Amino acid sequence: MSNLIDQLVFVPVLLPLLGAGICLALGRSAAAQRIVSIITLVLVVAASVTLLIRSDMYGPQTYNVGGWDPELGISLVADRFSSLMLVVSTIVTLCVLLYSIGQGIVEFGRDTPLSVYYPTFLVLSAGVSNAFLSADLFNLFVGFEILLAASYVLITLGGTRERVRSGTIYIIVGLISSILFLVGVAAVYAATGTVNFAQLATRLQDLDPEVRIMLQLLLLITFAVKAAVFPLYAWLPDSYPTAPAPVTAVFAGLLTKVGIYAIVRTQTLMFPGDELRTLLLWAAILTMVVGILGAVAQSDIKRVLSFTLVSHIGYMLFGVAIASELSYTGAIFYIAHHITVQTTLFLVAGLVEYRSGTTNLERLGGLARAAPILSVMFFVPAMNLGGIPPFSGFLGKLALVEGAVAEDEGLAMLAVVAAIVTSLLTLYALAKIWARAFWQPAADPEFADEAEHQIALDEEAEFGRTQWGPVGGSLHGHATVSTKTQQASSWQSLQDDQRLPLGMAMPTLFLVVITVLLTAFAGPIMGYTERSAAELLEQTPYIEAVLNR
Amino acid sequence: MSVNIVLVIVVGVMVGCGVTLCLERSLTRILVGFVLIGNGINIMFLIASGDPGTAPLIGASDEPMSDPLPQAMALTAIVITMGVAAFGLALAYRSWQLAGTDDVQDDLEDEFIRRRAETDEVSTTFDDVDEGLPDEYGSDEEEDGVHPRDLTTDAEAIDEDRR
Repeated sequence: MSNLIDQLVFVPVLLPLLGAGICLALGRSAAAQRIVSIITLVLVVAASVTLLIRSDMYGPQTYNVGGWDPELGISLVADRFSSLMLVVSTIVTLCVLLYSIGQGIVEFGRDTPLSVYYPTFLVLSAGVSNAFLSADLFNLFVGFEILLAASYVLITLGGTRERVRSGTIYIIVGLISSILFLVGVAAVYAATGTVNFAQLATRLQDLDPEVRIMLQLLLLITFAVKAAVFPLYAWLPDSYPTAPAPVTAVFAGLLTKVGIYAIVRTQTLMFPGDELRTLLLWAAILTMVVGILGAVAQSDIKRVLSFTLVSHIGYMLFGVAIASELSYTGAIFYIAHHITVQTTLFLVAGLVEYRSGTTNLERLGGLARAAPILSVMFFVPAMNLGGIPPFSGFLGKLALVEGAVAEDEGLAMLAVVAAIVTSLLTLYALAKIWARAFWQPAADPEFADEAEHQIALDEEAEFGRTQWGPVGGSLHGHATVSTKTQQASSWQSLQDDQRLPLGMAMPTLFLVVITVLLTAFAGPIMGYTERSAAELLEQTPYIEAVLNR
Repeated sequence: MSVNIVLVIVVGVMVGCGVTLCLERSLTRILVGFVLIGNGINIMFLIASGDPGTAPLIGASDEPMSDPLPQAMALTAIVITMGVAAFGLALAYRSWQLAGTDDVQDDLEDEFIRRRAETDEVSTTFDDVDEGLPDEYGSDEEEDGVHPRDLTTDAEAIDEDRR
């Protein structure tokens, strides 16, 4: 029995892969695929929660795959930080899966199989878990590759022209960052003769400072591309909004956070010095400010949200740059908060799109009266993201700012100012969505249509493109057909709130409740993140667990 | 550990060629570039493994053997590179099917900003044209039926009347 529990660390990686295989085999039956993927993810959530409890009580949980020595083979480790990330990410993944099942049923009926969607989704989940759990640099690379390969498929789902266009950019950026990571792994191995985190923690300290900084920069740049840190973020706001709503939601919640996780892990364990502090602080400041200025300028809900995503990565980087126990506490709490809130907002954007056929603010309006429940589901996480007290976003920011103020240093103060300004501008961008889409009555259709028609004509004349292909949140990208009919029917029943499909609304509502719970139980959670931060900075529990000492 | 200079030069040339290809517009060329860089990095793993020796089999010989770990990593990397390159080729083909070319398109946002700059317009926030267009060529159907948005304005007009 105890043997079985020891192997629990392996479950979040192995089980989704197994589920994906079964799903592929059941490709003809959509119902069977749905059941298998739900069961798989529920089991993974259960395993992650068990890991969270065990790692908090007994210290980091380890598993050496195939029984090899940790120095040679692959080992998976779940310490407090990893397991928290794992729990939050798997719960979010499960909710998004339920949402996409709801959307699939609404769009294609019960029997039409999305044969490639569920397996890919499970593979993505396996990749994310592998990245969170891996205790060596090369396995981290493999985890990244698993989740990237799955995300390539998901972002070009349906293969419409628009998705191929934006997907191409995303994929090229993914390829380049993978190559950079590979260079980093090779360089680290050449310098130290190992890729195991625990061994690296001791061996890197014996290297020349110049060599060490070069390795650190190599890895940081790689992870910064994945986490969309300024100036390496430009791929994100372009590629995310065209993907299906649940795909965007899960990408927004998880993929960038995996990059941040890797930064936190390598910074605390392998490069604990503060040589690059100034650089990191500037990157954090610029990510926050530039990202949010982008969000303010947008007029499409999904694009605004993509830019707030970039901007709020800056907060987490801010915590990493300060590198005190308090700031890491805040950063870890903020990651957990941001995964849930950002995913929820993207799911709500998907619901808005379903409801009105568009996420363009010029054309939306009157949703507060037409869909009060949807409005509440937007309002709560939006205020949370904007950092209004008493929500968890405020608490996370407070911890980060306190951590920086305690340092009492010029640049840290500048970052505090940037953080507060960004928080206010986030509120402004979200209030703009609230005012335009929910509060004010619908825009004058004639004017909107005319303006749009003019722009369309300009487009055609200028680029010689007559066909832009459908875009939007549909799972297979056949938005012209499905959302047209949906649009007509949803506008006709504007006053009828029952039109919001339960399969899509319930998972979103559940996530909204979770974001509120994060606030309600902020005390215990903050206590947990504090213990995680202490464990990260202390290093020895992790190193001893990995090396089985 | 002495480093084999020939291998280093090979890595440099392969990565250099790859980077040049990656700067092209055509997705196929970018993929060829990606494969070249990938293979260059795999050779870098050979350099990282240190002095060459006999095959890494225990008991096969008394000579010092090569470090097997970088070989395992390079193998994994080769498989991953191949898989991703295959997906990229499929994407290039799909892009060619849809657009008649596999050129990587510009960021939409860039195009809008550039157009505004050319006409010296004041930026009145980005208008999502690509989303609007399906409406445009679907407009025939809408003329027959009721335009969905007319309904809202009607409803609002009624509201106004009541007040």
